[in-house]
Amino acid sequence: MKYTTPAGDTVIDRQRVVGQPTTRIDGPLKVTGHAPYAYERHDVAANQAYGYIVPSAIAKGRVRSIDLAEAKAQPGVITILTTTEVDELPLGMGHTVPLFGGSEIRFYHQALALVVAETFEQARAAAKLVRVDYERTQGNHDFHALAPDAPLVEGSDGPDVSKVGDFEAAYASAPVSIDVTYETPHESHAMMEPHASIAAWEGEKLTLWTSNQMIAWSKQAVAKMLDLDPANVRLDSPFLGGGFGAKLFVRVDAVVAALAAKKAGRPVKVMLDRPLVFNNTTHRSATIQRLRFGAERDGRLTAISHECTSGNLAGQEGENGIAQTRLLYAGANRYTAQRIARLDLPEANAMRAPGETAGLMALEGAMDELAEKLGMDPVELRIVNDTQVDPETPNRPYSSRMMVECLRRGAEAFGWDKRNKTPGGMREGRWLIGHGMAVGFRNSVQMKSAARVRLSSNGKLTVETDMTDIGTGSYTILAQTAAEMLGLPLEDVTVTLGDSDMPASCGSGGQWGAQNSTSGVYAACVKLREDIAGRFAMDPNTAEFIDGEIRAGAESRKLTEATASGEIVAEDSVEYDELSKKYQQSTFAGHFVEIAVDAYTGETYVRRMLAACAAGRILNPISARSQVIGAMTMGVGGALTEELAVDTRFGFFVNHDLAGYEVPVHADIPHQEVIFLDELDAIASPMKAKGVGELGLCGVGAAVANALYNATGVRVREYPLTLDKYLDKLPAV
Amino acid sequence: MDQPDYFSVSRRGVLASGAAGLAAGSISPQVAFAASTPAAERAITMQTVSMRINGKAQTLELDTRTTLLDALREHVKLTGTKKGCDHGQCGACTVIVNGERINSCLSLAVMHEGDEVTTIEGLGTPENLHPMQAAFVKHDGYQCGYCTPGQICSAVSVLKEIADGVPSHVSAELTGPMEASNIEMRERMSGNICRCGAYSNIAEAMAEVAGERA
Repeated sequence: MKYTTPAGDTVIDRQRVVGQPTTRIDGPLKVTGHAPYAYERHDVAANQAYGYIVPSAIAKGRVRSIDLAEAKAQPGVITILTTTEVDELPLGMGHTVPLFGGSEIRFYHQALALVVAETFEQARAAAKLVRVDYERTQGNHDFHALAPDAPLVEGSDGPDVSKVGDFEAAYASAPVSIDVTYETPHESHAMMEPHASIAAWEGEKLTLWTSNQMIAWSKQAVAKMLDLDPANVRLDSPFLGGGFGAKLFVRVDAVVAALAAKKAGRPVKVMLDRPLVFNNTTHRSATIQRLRFGAERDGRLTAISHECTSGNLAGQEGENGIAQTRLLYAGANRYTAQRIARLDLPEANAMRAPGETAGLMALEGAMDELAEKLGMDPVELRIVNDTQVDPETPNRPYSSRMMVECLRRGAEAFGWDKRNKTPGGMREGRWLIGHGMAVGFRNSVQMKSAARVRLSSNGKLTVETDMTDIGTGSYTILAQTAAEMLGLPLEDVTVTLGDSDMPASCGSGGQWGAQNSTSGVYAACVKLREDIAGRFAMDPNTAEFIDGEIRAGAESRKLTEATASGEIVAEDSVEYDELSKKYQQSTFAGHFVEIAVDAYTGETYVRRMLAACAAGRILNPISARSQVIGAMTMGVGGALTEELAVDTRFGFFVNHDLAGYEVPVHADIPHQEVIFLDELDAIASPMKAKGVGELGLCGVGAAVANALYNATGVRVREYPLTLDKYLDKLPAV
Repeated sequence: MDQPDYFSVSRRGVLASGAAGLAAGSISPQVAFAASTPAAERAITMQTVSMRINGKAQTLELDTRTTLLDALREHVKLTGTKKGCDHGQCGACTVIVNGERINSCLSLAVMHEGDEVTTIEGLGTPENLHPMQAAFVKHDGYQCGYCTPGQICSAVSVLKEIADGVPSHVSAELTGPMEASNIEMRERMSGNICRCGAYSNIAEAMAEVAGERA
C-alpha cells in the first residue's frame, strides 16, 4: 500500500477493538516467567556453550599481546576467541567504531576476547586469567575541557547551522531577553535485560537468538560484519527486556557469539556483564546548551537561538539538542547550531528521544526563565508562541498540532491555577512545595513496514512480521488491528514477532513503531479482505467483516467458508512518499509536576505528575499510557539523579552499575496521570495514529527542574539536580 | 606467577570447612590442583545440593560457584527468574526462599540445602494466574516484562512482610500492626528496579491485592 493521500473513513474508525483499553495478550506469559528472552532459549539449539567477554582495561591504545596459556588450561574451557585473530570487523549500521577485531583499543571495556567454556562459572573464571599486554596512549576523555573549542558539526555543504531572518539584530533590539546555558550529563539506557545472544551455525547459515529492536537492519549489519549472504542470517528476538535505543543496532554480544560458535563448532551464548552495558555499549552524550531569547513584552518571541555542544568518538554525530527548537515555537529570527567534541569515550548514540530529551531539558527551562522575566504564566508564554506551521518553512503546515489544547487540558486537570506563584513561597510543614510545567515535543516518523496475515481453515488469524515488542505493547496493538480488520475476536488472533524470516517491519525505535507496524498489518489485512470478498463475488470496499463473517447487503458468509479449501495468506506493506515533506508531523504534550523539597535537607520528592498528550489515534489506551508514565519516570531520573560519571584520567564511566547509576525506584515515583486528547491524524499514517513512546519523556526533565525552582527559588541549570548543587542556597529555615 | 597463593589457600579452606560443615552435601573435586606451573589448572569443586523448587524435590550436582540464580536458570531451566545485574542491585532475580524474598544472584546454590524455593513459575501459570500476577496484567504493571517476575515475587513478599508486622524505613512505629499504604509498598519495593517505569501501575496492582486481602 502506497500511502500518498490521507485516508478517509476506514474500517479502523469503527474502533470496536482498536482504541479500546486492552490488557496485553502477552501479559500472562510475562507475569509467569514463560516469555522467553534471548539468553533463555535452551530449547532452540542443543549443546550450548557459555561465552564470557574479556574487556579492555584501558580506554585508548593497542593490544601488544594476549597470553592465553593459563586461561586455556582451565577446566571446561573449549576455546578462546581473541580480537587479534580477526581483522577489524566492518562497521555495521549505526556503528561508529568496529565492534570487534584488530589490536586497536578505542574505548574502555572494548571486547578483547571471549572465553568459551562448558559452564558460565568456568568461562568467567578462565576469563580472569587472560593476560593482556597493553600499549596505553592518552585519550581525550573530558567533555568539559574540550567543549569550549569544539568545532561546528559539518553538514554536506559547510557547517550544519540553521539561520532564519536576522537573529543578532532582533536579539539586540528585543525589549526582553535572556541568555542562559544549561548542561545535561552523559546518560545510560540501563534497560533491565543486558544485551544477550545465542549463536548457532548450520553450515554457512547463522542463527542469532538475540535482543534487538531493529531486526531487518540488524540482519543486514550481521551479514556485512561477518561477510555472509544476508539470506544465510536469521535473527530471532520475540521478547526484549527493554532497549530504549541501546538495542537499535547489533552489539558485540552477537558478533562474538557468532565468531566463537564457528570456532567452537557448537552454539555459544553470551550475555554482557552489567558493567559492560554501561561502558561497552552506547550512551546519550552530555550536552552544553546556550539559549538566547528575545521577546516582546507580551511574550511573543522575536529571536530564538539554541546552540548545543555534545561529544562522541570521531565519525559520529552527537546529541542533537537543537532539533525541537527549530520547530516548536514561532519567531521570525532564528539561529541554531551544533558543535561536537571528539571524545575517547564509549560510543554515544541514540537513547530514547535522542535530541529532544536533552534539548527540551534546556529549551523548556529557558522558557520558564523567560516567563518569569516577563512576569507571565509559563503556560501562556507557550501558548502565545504557538505556530501551526514549520517556523523555518512556513508553507509547510503541521499535519495536526494540539500543543495549546494539551496545555489547557493539562493545566485544568492539574489545577495549575492553584500553583505556587512565588518561588520559595509555599510551605507545608517541613516541605517547600513547587509546581512546574513544560511542553513535550517529538516528531512522528513514517517508515515502511510489512506484514503477512494468514487466515487458517479454522477461522483463526495469524499475524507475521519481524516487528519487535520492547515493552511497548506491539503484540497487542497488532492483534487489535487484525481483529478489527477481519471482524474477529481478539483471542482468535495470534501474533508472531521478531523473526527475520518474517516480512520486514519498521522495527522499534524513534517512536515510529506503533503507527507504522499497525499500518503494515492494516495493509496486509486490506489485501486479505479483498481475497475473501473476491471468493464470494462481494465488493471488498463495501463488505463488512464482523463476528467471523463477511456481509454484503442481505448476504452473509462465514470466513471459514472462504478457507474451506485451505488457508488464505496475504502480505503487504505500507510505504510513504511525499506526506512527510509536505507536512510536519509531530506529537505534543503538556507536562505538569508538583514536587516537595525538604527545607532542611534539600531532599526532593516528586509528589504529582500529569501529562496531557496528543499523538493521533491512541491504539490501546492501556499500553500507550504505560509508555507515557514510563517515560515520565525516566524523565524524573534524568532531572534528579542520572549521570554517568567520567574518570577523565582513564576514560571510563565510573558508576557502571545499577547502584552507582541511579535510575528512579518505586519510592521516587508517585501516582502518575495521563490524559490523551482526541486526535486523528490521517496524514501521519493509515491508522491515523502517531508515535507516543518517546513523547512522555520529552519535556519532563524541565518540568521537574522548573518545579524545583518554583519550590526553592534556586535555579539549577546543570542536570541532574542533585542537592549538592542547591542545598547551600535554600531559603533560611 | 602474578596470582599469589590466594586461590589455593581459599580452596583448601573451602574443602576443610565444607567437609566439616556441609554434611548433607558431597564434594567431588574433579581436577587435581597444581599450583606450581603458570598454566595451572584450577580445580572445580562440585557439590550435591537438594532443595524443593516450586514444591518439587530437586537434587543438583553443581560447581560450588554457581549462584542460586544460575542454578535455576541454567540447570533447572526455570528461566522466569531474571539476571539483570548479577550484583544484587536490580532485584530482577528475586525469588522466595523459605517464605522470604532474596536476591538469588547473591546466594550460592549450595547454601540452600533443604530449602523451599518458590520462583515466579511456582506462583501461577498462564492458565491459572496467582492473584498478584492477574493484578499485574489488569493494571499493566510491566512493559518489557524482564523485571516483572522479580517485582511479583517481591510484591507477594511485601504484603506478607506488612501482614507480619516487619517494619520498614518509612514505618512510623517499629512494632505493632503495619498498613499496606502506598508509601509502605513503594518503599519496600524499591529494591526492584523497573526501567520501563511501571511503578505507578505496580502500586495499583499491589493495592488491589492488598485490599482484597484486608
